Amino acid sequence: MAGQGSVRVTRKSDNVVIIEKDLATEEMVLSMGPQHPSTHGVLRLECRTDGEVVTEAEPYLGYLHRCFEKHCEHVDYQAIVPYTDRMDYLAGMNSEMAYAIAVEKLLDIEIPRRVEFIRVIVSELNRIASHLVAIGTYAIDLGAFTPFLFCFRDREHILNMLEWASGARMLYNYIWIGGLAYDVPSDFQKRVGEFVDYFRPKAVELSRLLTENEIFVKRTKGIGIMPADVAINYGWSGPMLRGSGVQWDLRRNDPYSIYPELDFAVPVPDGKFSDVGDCLSRHLVRALEIEESLKIIEQCIGKMPPAEGFDPRAAVPKRIRPKAGEVYARAENPRGELGFYILSDGKSTSPLRCKARSSCFVNLSAMKDLSKGQLIPDLVAIIGSIDIVLGEVDR
Amino acid sequence: MEEGTIGSKQVQLSEAAYSVIHEKFGEAISAFDRNPTMPFFEVQDTALWTDIALFMRDHPKLKFNYMACLSGVDYPEEEKLGIVCNLESIGAYPHRIAVKVKCPREGGSIPSVSCVWHTANWHEREAYDMLGILFTGHPDMRRILCPDDWEGWPLRKDYRVQESYHGIKVPY
Repeated sequence: MAGQGSVRVTRKSDNVVIIEKDLATEEMVLSMGPQHPSTHGVLRLECRTDGEVVTEAEPYLGYLHRCFEKHCEHVDYQAIVPYTDRMDYLAGMNSEMAYAIAVEKLLDIEIPRRVEFIRVIVSELNRIASHLVAIGTYAIDLGAFTPFLFCFRDREHILNMLEWASGARMLYNYIWIGGLAYDVPSDFQKRVGEFVDYFRPKAVELSRLLTENEIFVKRTKGIGIMPADVAINYGWSGPMLRGSGVQWDLRRNDPYSIYPELDFAVPVPDGKFSDVGDCLSRHLVRALEIEESLKIIEQCIGKMPPAEGFDPRAAVPKRIRPKAGEVYARAENPRGELGFYILSDGKSTSPLRCKARSSCFVNLSAMKDLSKGQLIPDLVAIIGSIDIVLGEVDR
Repeated sequence: MEEGTIGSKQVQLSEAAYSVIHEKFGEAISAFDRNPTMPFFEVQDTALWTDIALFMRDHPKLKFNYMACLSGVDYPEEEKLGIVCNLESIGAYPHRIAVKVKCPREGGSIPSVSCVWHTANWHEREAYDMLGILFTGHPDMRRILCPDDWEGWPLRKDYRVQESYHGIKVPY
């Protein structure tokens, strides 16, 4: 095509993209999703592209909206627990725990210590499972298939254990307000301990395979950088915020349950391996968090009070009718801060208003700014690094 | 008992932050509600909400740089709609506080704070989508979870679902 001009896209070593063109290009509207493998569910991005460059990407959501908040106003407090499972279906235990904490704070009830330990163990197991999905699918987004299989193989062990405890693989309804549905099976601690021993080397293997992979690093380093102050202004939380170098973890900064007694670190990138705030940092935080969760689980197994005379439903109220008031309580989920705002009128057995502050919803809201001026393949890397679960975004 | 002391310490921090805001805005904000689960104050002069928000974000003693949540609420008895904002400070202070802003149910509006905290943009769109609260000065006031041509405001207490949507029967 001599004489018609050309476009040259080159990338320098620090991932700065240089586009040289001597022809006129036109803006094109490209719809990515709702059925697109890299949008992790039913999310639609309306991209305005100029050649390979995305000038603007507007997210459209709501394809998975199931009226969670409306349902809450029509069912009892206890009956909301299964709905919370269906929000973030990759981390059901964590969602249940956040909701249980909110209602317990409103009711002002004391929880048996063993219940707290079991809750922390199952939710940390669920956090590992969720991070494994995040890492595995992120690898697929960037063209690496093998890590995905590794992740799902190990996740299966976790799901089996959670199924053993609760009877369900993903939608548990296990953490009830004031307690648990059942105590854990008698050999549970032993099997969890075996899993921790089995999984430690696998996590190292995974990081050798993926995190230190040169292609993976080239695809993610320096891409989608989010400065810390903008991240805070956008309300980012969880691994996203920590990826931007802010050491903020609700398990430490607004402690709940037994987390103050446990010893674990809050990893943030130091800027040596990745550029702080880029996609690689966010991935790195998730990978490092897996190790911290294993530490927490190990400590819990050691410290857990014995099962003798333990009734997991001892503190479970038969009828929940909190006094008039409101509460905002949250917990650190694998994706960030999951908060529940609950308003009670003191008369009804269902909340007057129950709003779920979803972490992915808030994290995703920065997409429009993050996507400006990115190449299309980088856009895929950015969406993957946000680690959205559309069930929680749309509720 | 330890829980209780932590709770009351948190309330004291919120109250200290409140007094700084009260000093500046006086009668524009209500008295401080010191309940243990969610201490809050209400903005009486709704038009000043953006100024109060900016003050809260930028004052060196407050630094409420993080908006955790913004929930729209319907108050049918008072004939009002409102928002509840949960604010806190990351990296500067351990305090947090909730702010309520209300507007009349019919024809009312609340100033947008999406220019103060970017995160409010989508939260306000959700409040508009679910309760029909209009936010003046919002850059992109569209529905977010429901389709653009959906009728009514689902989370209002008097909501009746529409009979059909594009020929599809809605109530099931």
